[in-house]
Amino acid sequence: MEERPFNDTSYEQFLKERKIMGSKCKKCGALALPPRPICVSCFGTEMDWVQFKGTGRLSAFTSIVVAPPYMAKEGFSRNNPYVVGVVELDEGVKTVARIVGVDAKKPEEIKVGTPLKTELLERGEGPDKKAVLAFKP
Amino acid sequence: MPQRRKLSKGVAVVGGGLTKLGLFKDRNSKDFFAEAFVEMVESVDKGFDPKEIDAIYVGNFSNDFFVNQAHWGPIISDLLGLVPKPVTRTEGACASSALAFREGVLAIASGLYDIVLVGGFEQMSRRTTEEVAEGLAMAASPYEVATGYTFPGVFGAMATAYFAKYGADREALFNVTIKSHNNAPLNPKAQFPMTIQDFMNARIERCRAKGEPIPEWKDEKDFLRDPGANPPVAWPMHLFDCCPISDGASCLLLVAEEIAKNFTDDPVYLAGMGQGSGYSLHAKKDLTTYEATRYAAKEAYEMSGLTPKDIQFSEVHDCFSIAEIVHMEDLGFFKPGEAYKAVAEGLSRLDGPMPINTSGGLKTKGHPVGATGVAQLYEVWVQLRGKARKRQVPKPNLRIGAAHNLGGTGGTCTFTILERR
Repeated sequence: MEERPFNDTSYEQFLKERKIMGSKCKKCGALALPPRPICVSCFGTEMDWVQFKGTGRLSAFTSIVVAPPYMAKEGFSRNNPYVVGVVELDEGVKTVARIVGVDAKKPEEIKVGTPLKTELLERGEGPDKKAVLAFKP
Repeated sequence: MPQRRKLSKGVAVVGGGLTKLGLFKDRNSKDFFAEAFVEMVESVDKGFDPKEIDAIYVGNFSNDFFVNQAHWGPIISDLLGLVPKPVTRTEGACASSALAFREGVLAIASGLYDIVLVGGFEQMSRRTTEEVAEGLAMAASPYEVATGYTFPGVFGAMATAYFAKYGADREALFNVTIKSHNNAPLNPKAQFPMTIQDFMNARIERCRAKGEPIPEWKDEKDFLRDPGANPPVAWPMHLFDCCPISDGASCLLLVAEEIAKNFTDDPVYLAGMGQGSGYSLHAKKDLTTYEATRYAAKEAYEMSGLTPKDIQFSEVHDCFSIAEIVHMEDLGFFKPGEAYKAVAEGLSRLDGPMPINTSGGLKTKGHPVGATGVAQLYEVWVQLRGKARKRQVPKPNLRIGAAHNLGGTGGTCTFTILERR
């Protein structure tokens, strides 16, 4: 695992393996998710892999009614909206993710600050199959 | 923090042009740019020979996608009869032409050129709404798109963070929409020159004509609360929180300060400008500010020696209602968490102490993305010269105005201060 480059492709591969993996700067300890090859805090380039627990809180969200074509293919539409959000993980970094287990038709009832845990989803089939990071209350 | 930056040479705006904005499927980008250019040439008080233009910078976000044509620079120089003068296209999503303006300024300030045409254009109406949304999403961050975010979705998420932090709600956004639409009928170039009351009346008329039940709204906010009239797009963004899809073009003539009086007795000068870049949503430290805007503003204030209090009116990038509120704070016009209250109190109205988006803003004027940055500066130029007619800022001694332009979901931001001396 240490051999993988600190980039988006490795992040996605790990996600398929059901792990949320980011980078930790060897020099200053700054965390990044997805992993970064260059530390934005100290410009260090030596990284370690770090696995995130996958628990956190909702920092921001939206319920999308007008869906882009690739989400429409998954069956989302005006009558079937979906929620995406920004989640602040317990380790202190944020990530964007789908939010499930909430009522997308009643966004006024979803609360910023709600504690969340990981729920990985899958998109596509065969070799194109991708893991999609999601969280639920 | 940015160092104090100075230009080696002053730059003045001596001419400007802007098309009527809207959806014009039977016209193309060349038609739009020609229209804006002709207005610009006619606007130069003492006249000038377009052959004297040394170079052109044009902003365009994505005609490559919208009309399947790239390499727009020489199409424009050919159109204007300016071949073989150099032409450069700039791209910064919805801030594309603010970057063209900036490049034009830098080219003059460096001493390389004396007379530069800057402008922008976009042709969005040939695509369906879904395709335009997909095209615009190319300017979001790859992480946002992979997660399923749309443009309105990113701004909607920021709105929920702002609401949670400061106790604001959707009603606060209504105030922005109502204010912008009050300015719209005063701008003959606006795509939707209608107040919210006009929309209400039009809808009532339509129901009456069709024999449908007549809706009864108490007031404008009641109309905006009605999901039938103002349907959701991406919570809490509804239709009337979002700017439209538009076609159009804009341009300005920039010249070296020392020759400005050859073109007009009433030039408008560049006082300061800044540009910044920003993180994707997930990497932002604070979801209720735009770091790119703050950086651009600091640079512009320091270059000009001015403070937010000196700015007498401003165009502010309002692609979505929440963006106007957050940027009013990031630009220093109001303290964090205070702008939504200021809008509610009417402080940003045309006749208020700090008029914001006298043009009607992107929401009502229209947002042909590549044209917008220069279109905003066109409004500031028109206002400073006292030629905004019905929407003229009613302040004595109007001298300093500004324009803020945002690209993507905040990845590129500019702030430009103009002054009349």
